[in-house]
Amino acid sequence: MNTTNLDHAVQHDREAWAPLLALSAREVFDVMLGSQLENSSNPVSGENLDITSMVGLAGHLCGVLTLRCDPTSAARMTSKMLGTALDSAGPETWDAIGEICNMVAGNFKNKISGLAETCQLSVPTVITGAEYSLYTLSDDPAIEVGLVFEGRPLMLSLKIHS
Amino acid sequence: MDNIRVLIVDDSSVMRKIVERSLRQADIQIAEVLEAGNGAEGLGVLNKSKVDLILCDINMPVMDGMEFIKQLSAVENAKGVPVVMITTEGSEGHVVQALSAGARGYIRKPFTPDQVKKQIVPILAGNQ
Repeated sequence: MNTTNLDHAVQHDREAWAPLLALSAREVFDVMLGSQLENSSNPVSGENLDITSMVGLAGHLCGVLTLRCDPTSAARMTSKMLGTALDSAGPETWDAIGEICNMVAGNFKNKISGLAETCQLSVPTVITGAEYSLYTLSDDPAIEVGLVFEGRPLMLSLKIHS
Repeated sequence: MDNIRVLIVDDSSVMRKIVERSLRQADIQIAEVLEAGNGAEGLGVLNKSKVDLILCDINMPVMDGMEFIKQLSAVENAKGVPVVMITTEGSEGHVVQALSAGARGYIRKPFTPDQVKKQIVPILAGNQ
């Protein structure tokens, strides 16, 4: 895809990106955790989702992808990734959740023609606690996807700057 | 090749463990796993130790995987050692860039143990 077509895709094809984002997450959870993510029957709110992992995107697509879940889910995801028992969230959990977000972001951009080459990812950042506000340079609404991991809510949000 | 020494370079300690587990699940006999959190640390490890295989992420702080692989040619202990990239960067451009810089294989995250086996075993057997 040339630059003009890619710019057009970035500006006009965003409504198709929510299913791609969900698919990207499903594939990562299936392959790396052996877990099947389910669709959320209700809108997922950020309430009690105290773990936030963020990966920045720069280049032809600028923005930030966040993955939010509760501490119990984060510990379970880490446990499944490592194949070891883990009762509570800790430093290893932040590392694992960051990697999951990183893989979802990479998988997502690789699904959009032309974006794999022209969009770079940052190293992940993990925030604990829910009492924060995220401000970006864009007024566009975020692309949000609510999913369910082992009966617990998980939220993906892609905020695009350009 | 049995009882190999492996260097895994990744800024995520969780991912280093997963890569090691995938190698063991691929029935690759491992004598020792050495770890580094970025390319600069990886070069430091190789200045002191010999390994049979290097597995390396691309996006890392301090020194990324592409710079690491470029600098390997100056490291005596790295001469002839196969390098396989394991990364979320899945574009053809990244693959070509890594292979041009000297990587022998390329595994995209997320990956299965079977994908690791298909990439690594022929390389260790000298067939790739």
